Amino acid sequence: MAKTWQAPLAAFDAAAARARCLGYRRRILDISQRVGALHAAPAFSCMEMADVIYHGLMRRGNPTEFHDLFLMSKGHGCMTQYVILEELGILASAELERYCTAEGILGAHPDRGNPGIEASTGSLGHGLGIAVGMAYAERLKRSDRQVYVMLSDGELQEGSSWEAAMMAGNLRLDNLNLFLDLNDFSGLERMSETHTAFYPVREKFEAFGWEALAVNGHDAQAVHAAAAARRGQRPFALIGKTVKGRGVAFMENVPIWHYRSPNKEEYAIAIRDLAEVSS
Amino acid sequence: MRNTFAQTFYEAAREDPRLCVVVADISPAGAMDKLRTEFPERFINTGVAEQIMIGMCAGMALRGLKPFAYTIATFALFRPFEFVRDDLCYQNLPVTVVGIGGGVTYSTLGATHHAQEDVAIACAVPNLRVIAPCDPAETRAATRWCIAQEQGPVYLRLGKAGEPDLSSGAADPFEFGKLRFLKRGADLCILGYGPALKVALQIAERAQPRGVSASVVSVHTLKPLDEAGIAAVLTSHRRVVVLEEMAPRGGLGDAVKRIAWDSQSRCRIECFSLQDEFIHCYGKHEELLAAHGFSPAAILRKLDM
Ligand SMILES: Cc1ncc(C[n+]2csc(CCOP(=O)(O)OP(=O)(O)O)c2C)c(N)n1
Repeated sequence: MAKTWQAPLAAFDAAAARARCLGYRRRILDISQRVGALHAAPAFSCMEMADVIYHGLMRRGNPTEFHDLFLMSKGHGCMTQYVILEELGILASAELERYCTAEGILGAHPDRGNPGIEASTGSLGHGLGIAVGMAYAERLKRSDRQVYVMLSDGELQEGSSWEAAMMAGNLRLDNLNLFLDLNDFSGLERMSETHTAFYPVREKFEAFGWEALAVNGHDAQAVHAAAAARRGQRPFALIGKTVKGRGVAFMENVPIWHYRSPNKEEYAIAIRDLAEVSS
Repeated sequence: MRNTFAQTFYEAAREDPRLCVVVADISPAGAMDKLRTEFPERFINTGVAEQIMIGMCAGMALRGLKPFAYTIATFALFRPFEFVRDDLCYQNLPVTVVGIGGGVTYSTLGATHHAQEDVAIACAVPNLRVIAPCDPAETRAATRWCIAQEQGPVYLRLGKAGEPDLSSGAADPFEFGKLRFLKRGADLCILGYGPALKVALQIAERAQPRGVSASVVSVHTLKPLDEAGIAAVLTSHRRVVVLEEMAPRGGLGDAVKRIAWDSQSRCRIECFSLQDEFIHCYGKHEELLAAHGFSPAAILRKLDM
């Protein structure tokens, strides 16, 4: 018997999303105090988009079973995925407490086999290719599953990402949804200053046969509305303009927070200043 | 080791305008940042794009420059592998590919960041010389050698940061392609490379009160391997132990056994390495090594020491 899947909410509750994301950021900062490094800024950058995917787009049968698929191609952003999976009851809190310890199962990149993780990533520029393969497989199986994949802008410097983008266009994969965390920073530099030919981005996807749209990636409402309004028939790229480290003022656009964990004092300041992010 | 490499390279780059470093979005540690500020044209960041990092190095070498490619070991060798093979090795160009964090140094980052088969892979490619220094001082010597040579490609496997000094009391200086005795003994000889040699010195220390005199050798040049030197070690010692933070196939252990067979050695040989496995453990470096059965305790136990 065919299973019925709960469709995503047509009306997305943005206020609830903002509250959730505030909680996620606090949780990540808490965990940061137990490890030397955890890629906080990359996690904060893609937070609202990941929340929209999990809470507003992917369909599920019950709270812990998703019908659609999600890949964190920018594997170093996995803290965002972990805290969302925790809140959904898919990842045990005890595992987040054991993050990056020999006793636990969670490392600094997603690992297939762990709850809620579809593929092992961490080397950049792999996720889109895998997502293309998954989307094609779902098409062959005549399934209505959608594939969602989160990429960073640095990942689009990898040639492999563009091979995948071109193939998705060739195949007209209408069940593929790319979310780009366009924070303008790779690990080292501001790309609009140092790697200017990277831009424009939207036009590149369009040239490869994608439907592409740019929105504010921290505005959950706008992200949801844009994704929900996609026209179909082609792969879809939602280009989320974001700020690396968003939500903690001293981390925003400051490269060291790509990897470093805040010390005690910095943590206290971050927690004190945390507020809901809406844009 | 990273900082020593950077400092050594920076000093040389001030003298030699042909020296360039091409990185793929890796933060310029230590003196690399000085290089970037003082000689911005000779510090090239391709972004997160390792294939063009190697491709550019090839083109620059073809036109007379001396480029070094520099990033995390997996992304220096595995990601752009065919570019290393065809562009650098096939055409035998003087380019040094520097891999940071050889072995499982990046212990919490998972297997995508573990260069646990790099030495085997690099040694399999014609023309590619492979060097894995054991400590900062040896890194300095190896880097200088790479800078001075004009013959062809090199894979320079480094650790990350905070490696202890192992070679200040060495019996020999660093000489490319030659075994380097850190300590000379008569009964037992421990061969190894990289920071893992720290365990070798511990074994030697334990052996002494038992009346076993141990040699410790840094086999910093994995290719070309000092086969004559290893054959001599197999003749002059009763027992040889090989230590490598690398996969169990295609590394130093296999090479030592082959040399022993070819030279009809009767020496007892014991090899320790990582497992032929992706171990899903995200603890400290020591903990991941222990999960591979490569902890000092496990090695000493197996050696009955
Ligand atoms: C193939 C590859 N090369 C290099 C790295 C090392 N690395 C980790 S994150 C990162 C860059 C991060 O920038 P970006 O991809 O834009 O992600 P952001 O953190 O800005 O979201 C790099 C170079 C990697 N993980 N994979």
